[in-house]
Amino acid sequence: MTSRDKPPLVGAVRLITVVLLGLGWEWLARSGLLYEGVVPTVGAVAGALWREVSGAELYRHLAITGAEVGAGFVIGVSGGTAAGILLGAFPFAGRVMQPYVNALATTPKIIFLPIAMILFGVGPASKVALGALSGFFPVVLSTAAGMLQIRAVHIKVGRAFNFSGAQMVTKVYLPSLVWPLITGMRLGLGVTVIGVLLGEVKLSSGGLGFMAINYYNHFQIAGLYALLILIFLLAVSANMLMTAIGNRLARGPS
Amino acid sequence: MKRPTLVGLAGLCLLALVFEALVALGAVSPLTLSRPSSMVLAIGDLVREESLIRAMLTTFGQTFAAILIASAVGMPLGFLLYRFRTFGVAYDSWLGALFAAPLILLYPLFLVIFGRTLQMVVFMGVLTGAIPIIIHVRQGLLEVQPIFLNVARAFNASAAFTFWRVMLPAAVPTVFTGVRLGLVYALVNIIGIEFLIDYGGLGRLVSEMYFRYDVPGMYATIVFIILISTTLFWLLARVQNRLRRL
Repeated sequence: MTSRDKPPLVGAVRLITVVLLGLGWEWLARSGLLYEGVVPTVGAVAGALWREVSGAELYRHLAITGAEVGAGFVIGVSGGTAAGILLGAFPFAGRVMQPYVNALATTPKIIFLPIAMILFGVGPASKVALGALSGFFPVVLSTAAGMLQIRAVHIKVGRAFNFSGAQMVTKVYLPSLVWPLITGMRLGLGVTVIGVLLGEVKLSSGGLGFMAINYYNHFQIAGLYALLILIFLLAVSANMLMTAIGNRLARGPS
Repeated sequence: MKRPTLVGLAGLCLLALVFEALVALGAVSPLTLSRPSSMVLAIGDLVREESLIRAMLTTFGQTFAAILIASAVGMPLGFLLYRFRTFGVAYDSWLGALFAAPLILLYPLFLVIFGRTLQMVVFMGVLTGAIPIIIHVRQGLLEVQPIFLNVARAFNASAAFTFWRVMLPAAVPTVFTGVRLGLVYALVNIIGIEFLIDYGGLGRLVSEMYFRYDVPGMYATIVFIILISTTLFWLLARVQNRLRRL
């Protein structure tokens, strides 16, 4: 929507909503409707937020989660891209596999965590595996769909030059797959983060998810709120970063 | 049956045979990978001893309760956001952000408020299911073709008639997309929550099997979850195709 047909007062409505939500939260916290401490006041959360950001503990756990997400994302994206290209390049294989890929793509990935823990132990490796598995599906789906959109003439030119398989991938397929890949990676990063964090929440000894569930277990609710706010901010900025990279690539020479 | 389907099923059987052989020959420990044959046998045990069917009904019951509440809340909200354009535009991008946000991670907050209860699991389903419904109801109403509205106006139809008999039927396919997505999200999140807090139906069963080191039972439950969720989503897609062709 352009700014021209944007109705007036949109900014005002947003501002008023945020203020009302803040006041409502504060009222709920002070009303005594819920057990004491269940919903901390805005001030308490702000204090906890400051403690987290200025302490060292947060960064130690952030590093663990970051490493797990990074490793899982790289594995998931490379696997997903390779599988997507194969499914697209061999249409029969694509038709055989598609229903299975679709089915697995919509099932909750978290239920595979026990298998990951049996295979890789309860340490960070199982969280990497869950993150990779989560990130794999959006990438494979969007790459395979993107393969169908490649202009036939590009593929014919590649064949005419007698390209090898590797040359087809690097010189024909990948350059045409930039957009589907970016879309897949943006969705993939989101679900990789969720996969890793949920894995940490279930069973782990480090990372932001572990930190959150630890706060919960010790009833440090203000800290829990602060941590979840930070996690959401991180997730949103990761998403924005991927979009920015995508826009940058789309503008550059291709 | 079509050829790709046959090849796919044959491949699946071959994979099962390979897994069976790997474990039987001792190349892979049965504590890591369950034999497909013991997995099939485990289903019987799960039904008899772990009330697998009840667990499934619990999960489905929670999901349907969640989607009913999510529709009851989300549909009027979507309508209001359509009716009051300023609010619709103001909240549009927020709803989009919430749709993509990892809402499931908020579950400890609601665990504190509701405790480990059925209500908490259903609430998480409502929270995740309502957002696509709100978005799609608003979108469906916004995208009603102007020609329909012009015809209604030409016939001097009342506002109520135009809404109930012209706009609503035109919006049904988009609204159903929202409900379908809401159901998928609610089910996925409910199973996830059940697994995380060891409470409720199928998700809890997976967690229980893992902590009991019942490897065949665990694999069987996971495969069972994949099968029933796939069947449900497939059915929903068929209903949607029907609606679109009307």
